[in-house]
Amino acid sequence: MAGRGSVLLPTYNERDNLPLVVWLLVRTFRHSGIDFEIIIIDDGSPDGTQEVAKELEKIYGSDKILLRPRARKLGLGTAYIHGMKHATGNFIVIMDADLSHHVRVCFIKQKEGNFDIVSGTRYRGNGGVYGWDLKRKLISRGANFLTQVLLRPGASDLTGSFRLYRKEVLQKLMEKCVSKGYVFQMEMIVRARQLGYTIGEVPISFVDRVYGESKLGGNEIVSFLKGLLTLFATT
Amino acid sequence: LAPPGLQPPAPLRQALLPLPIYLLVAFGCYSLATVGYRLATFNDCEEAAAELQEHIKAARADLRRRGLRL
Repeated sequence: MAGRGSVLLPTYNERDNLPLVVWLLVRTFRHSGIDFEIIIIDDGSPDGTQEVAKELEKIYGSDKILLRPRARKLGLGTAYIHGMKHATGNFIVIMDADLSHHVRVCFIKQKEGNFDIVSGTRYRGNGGVYGWDLKRKLISRGANFLTQVLLRPGASDLTGSFRLYRKEVLQKLMEKCVSKGYVFQMEMIVRARQLGYTIGEVPISFVDRVYGESKLGGNEIVSFLKGLLTLFATT
Repeated sequence: LAPPGLQPPAPLRQALLPLPIYLLVAFGCYSLATVGYRLATFNDCEEAAAELQEHIKAARADLRRRGLRL
């Protein structure tokens, strides 16, 4: 597969994780021989994330590390749109800046099946999680079950955010999607299936946050349910 | 009210009446069983976590070498 991957990394207060993620990405891409760039979209983090990003740019070069910050916290969807404007690759990788795995595996899978989208799944193959207690696992499986029943998406992990898209596919999807937050990730896959795009799956391991806190609370659950029902009703 | 000629016969109606409740209960059982099974078979990635720790050590050492202040 010829081509260049653009990794979009929206960050907020990831001063500790960012250098590690970047280091892992650089290493993975270099091993796989695929050209790449990493676009860091920081939303005005107060903890010094942008300073760290600038250092990384010095170390790896400004053709590999692109800093495209924004003034304040503006949300994930707009971060992707903003990042895509500066992306020169023909593939876009979307992931959390908190130490996910196996970017390389995504690309290999894409090459195998020439997929439009490759989605990381925690629920199939040897995908999984680490550091989750029973309650969190139950919520995760329960929520995922609901999405499968209501949306029949053809992908096993709808709330995961570790994905690879062809650039033109992502652009088309971003135009069509209207939700925010978790629901936005779900809507992307549902719309993709409506538009007939091919989706490949790759097992990934989601290791609980090494540094920093997770963002799963009662509010999140309510907004997830609201979003799910909205999607059910409108797609 | 439905015209007399179009209503299904009384025994059929009696059987049909509780159907929604049966379906709901059946679906409830199916859901519990499925989620329970998936919960039990949810993979714990010990190796991946260990590998990640190794990577982090290597990353910090390498980055420090290259001048990044951690």
